[in-house]
Amino acid sequence: MKTKMILAVATAGVMFAGSALASTLDDVRARGKLNCIINTGLAGFAAPDDKGNWKGFDVDFCRAVAAATLGDASKVSYTTATGKTRFTKLAAGEGEILSRNTTWTFSRDVDLSQTFVGVSYYDGQGFMVPKKLGVKSAKELGGASVCIQTGTTTELNLAEFFAANNMKYNPVPIETNSEAQELYKAGRCDVYTTDASGLYATISSFDNPSDHMVLPEIISKEPLGPVVRHGDDQWADIVAWTLRAMLAGEELGVTSKNVKSLASKDNKNKEINRLLGKDTLQGVTKLGLSPDWAVNIISQVGNYEEVFEANLGQSTPLKIARGANQLYRDGGLYYVPPIK
Amino acid sequence: MFFIIGLWRNEKSRQIILQIFVLLFIGWFLSWLAGNVASNFSALGKDISFDFLSIPAGYDINQYLIEYNSRDTHLRAAIVGLLNTGLVAVLGIILATVLGVSVGIIRLSNNWLASKIAYWYVEFTRNVPILLQILLWHGIIINSLPHPRSALNIGDVSFLSNRGFYIPKPILENGIELVYLFSVIAIIFAFLFYKFSKKKQELTGVQYPVLWINLSAIIILPIMGYFISGMPVSLEIPVLKGFNFVGGIHMSPELSALTFALGVYTAAFISEIVRAGILAIDKGQKEAAASIGLKPSKIMKLVVLPQARRIIIPPLTSQYLNLTKNSSLAIAIGYMDLVATLGGISLNQTGREMETMVLVMAIYLSISLSISAFMNWYNNRVKLVGR
Repeated sequence: MKTKMILAVATAGVMFAGSALASTLDDVRARGKLNCIINTGLAGFAAPDDKGNWKGFDVDFCRAVAAATLGDASKVSYTTATGKTRFTKLAAGEGEILSRNTTWTFSRDVDLSQTFVGVSYYDGQGFMVPKKLGVKSAKELGGASVCIQTGTTTELNLAEFFAANNMKYNPVPIETNSEAQELYKAGRCDVYTTDASGLYATISSFDNPSDHMVLPEIISKEPLGPVVRHGDDQWADIVAWTLRAMLAGEELGVTSKNVKSLASKDNKNKEINRLLGKDTLQGVTKLGLSPDWAVNIISQVGNYEEVFEANLGQSTPLKIARGANQLYRDGGLYYVPPIK
Repeated sequence: MFFIIGLWRNEKSRQIILQIFVLLFIGWFLSWLAGNVASNFSALGKDISFDFLSIPAGYDINQYLIEYNSRDTHLRAAIVGLLNTGLVAVLGIILATVLGVSVGIIRLSNNWLASKIAYWYVEFTRNVPILLQILLWHGIIINSLPHPRSALNIGDVSFLSNRGFYIPKPILENGIELVYLFSVIAIIFAFLFYKFSKKKQELTGVQYPVLWINLSAIIILPIMGYFISGMPVSLEIPVLKGFNFVGGIHMSPELSALTFALGVYTAAFISEIVRAGILAIDKGQKEAAASIGLKPSKIMKLVVLPQARRIIIPPLTSQYLNLTKNSSLAIAIGYMDLVATLGGISLNQTGREMETMVLVMAIYLSISLSISAFMNWYNNRVKLVGR
């Protein structure tokens, strides 16, 4: 009898949980924490430091959204996902944002019913090899064993690249980046292929990084960015404008150091005033955010440049150049819509 | 009202009422689950459709038993995966059966050392999770064997490296038909000789060494055909070309590790089943057989094994099923089985998690039911016939 009662109560509980339909922002505010889905471990993007705290470019973006919505960048709890599980986890509601080097493609956006809110890193797929192999170009890789992460766009690019160049190869599919490193180091595969940023991250974590090199060919476009569930436009706007605020911060020269002083005075450039809440920015309250949302992002996390340099730039083991990831005025691809 | 109370007080009708309620509850629960899936799917703007099976898969698979390239459909990729599952299951079942029966018999031997070694083998393998054993075998192959460029060379024809095992591949040429013809003749001869000698024994009691004569016929006749037709089989020997060996038959580290791990693990259980089956035969049976003058090998073959087989087969069936289902752990080392193709990459590229998972489960269910049906048929053939 007792077990039946428990079963009935549990069933009722599940039914109620299923029928709760609040907006994503309300859910996050009620919980007091943002749930963020990140990589299982990729140096520079999402990796635990020696104290066990998650650090990285993708992690900082989660923190920026927490700063915008909750006013505190530390109020994030992280869930890790492999390339395979990430979309299922997002769809099942295990997180409000998927911030995990995810390539924006047509069918992911349309067919999987997800919303890509922007690009936070312009990447492309590359190859890395041990230098002692003597390979100088990806066109010389015919017959090689190639390690790939499954559940990614890379395996499709790879098949197309080798077919287009009339080369055969032997794919060795793996689940996570760390497993791929193990197989690559053990010599199970000659080549490891993934997004170039991931290759630099992998090489930087090796004992002797100078024994390995990334081949010059970049065989695909991989615009990486944060993803949210389809259907909540308010939440998609919040995440999209969090990214744009960080980019606008760089464009307007607002950094974590000077943001507080800029916010307290009347600036000549009125766009800075609107970004930092000094002048009214039409629609901020409609988005459900407080006027100092961008101040919170930039003061607690930083602008795009600061986040990039801190996690991926020349001062880090990855030493990734900004390249396409610069503002349009510096020759990059970021052209931020006006904050008006 | 009194009628209902009466029904409740009657033990037999009470049981029926309770069963009806349980059945109704299960039915309601299942339909609630299905309804929940449907409503969640429509909330996400997703539909349930199997159209994705006919679009190009776009990814490559490193081991295919039927022709496959990345332009083939998801359906074909799923079939390639299914065949890979079948391959590792068949190899694993053969290895597990041979090893398991041997170890089971060795454990019963009077040799103390042999029986103890078998004992420790069984205790160790069946008490370590199968996933760890798969990773262990894979790790051993990948980390302890050399790179292809310094592969272990076995007589210049076979090579052992951390990319797998390469052996020569027989290439059939013109004239091979004669070898086939001689094989068929040998098999027909063996069948007729078996019938003949059985009849002869029933009539006169004379016994021929049937096994040896048939075995030699089946081996010698095709070899004769091979030489008469001018040796129409050549060997394609694997050669190191560029990064890897090219040609020959290739057994990847993933397939090898999975076969070894599944075979060695399941063999431990099979050996215990075999041992239990043999021990369950009453000692009196063997003594009676010995008293009428049968040799020990005949006692085993004619008296003990036919009776032990009846005890062994049902649990053996479930070990075969376990092995087949455990092969889905292939995903841990990247062996491209059904779960890795249809339930892995196809799922990811198309985002049809519900459809692919339902298909994968339905396929595993039908494989298991087929193995089970076959073993039941075999069990019915050998079981004790009531007289």
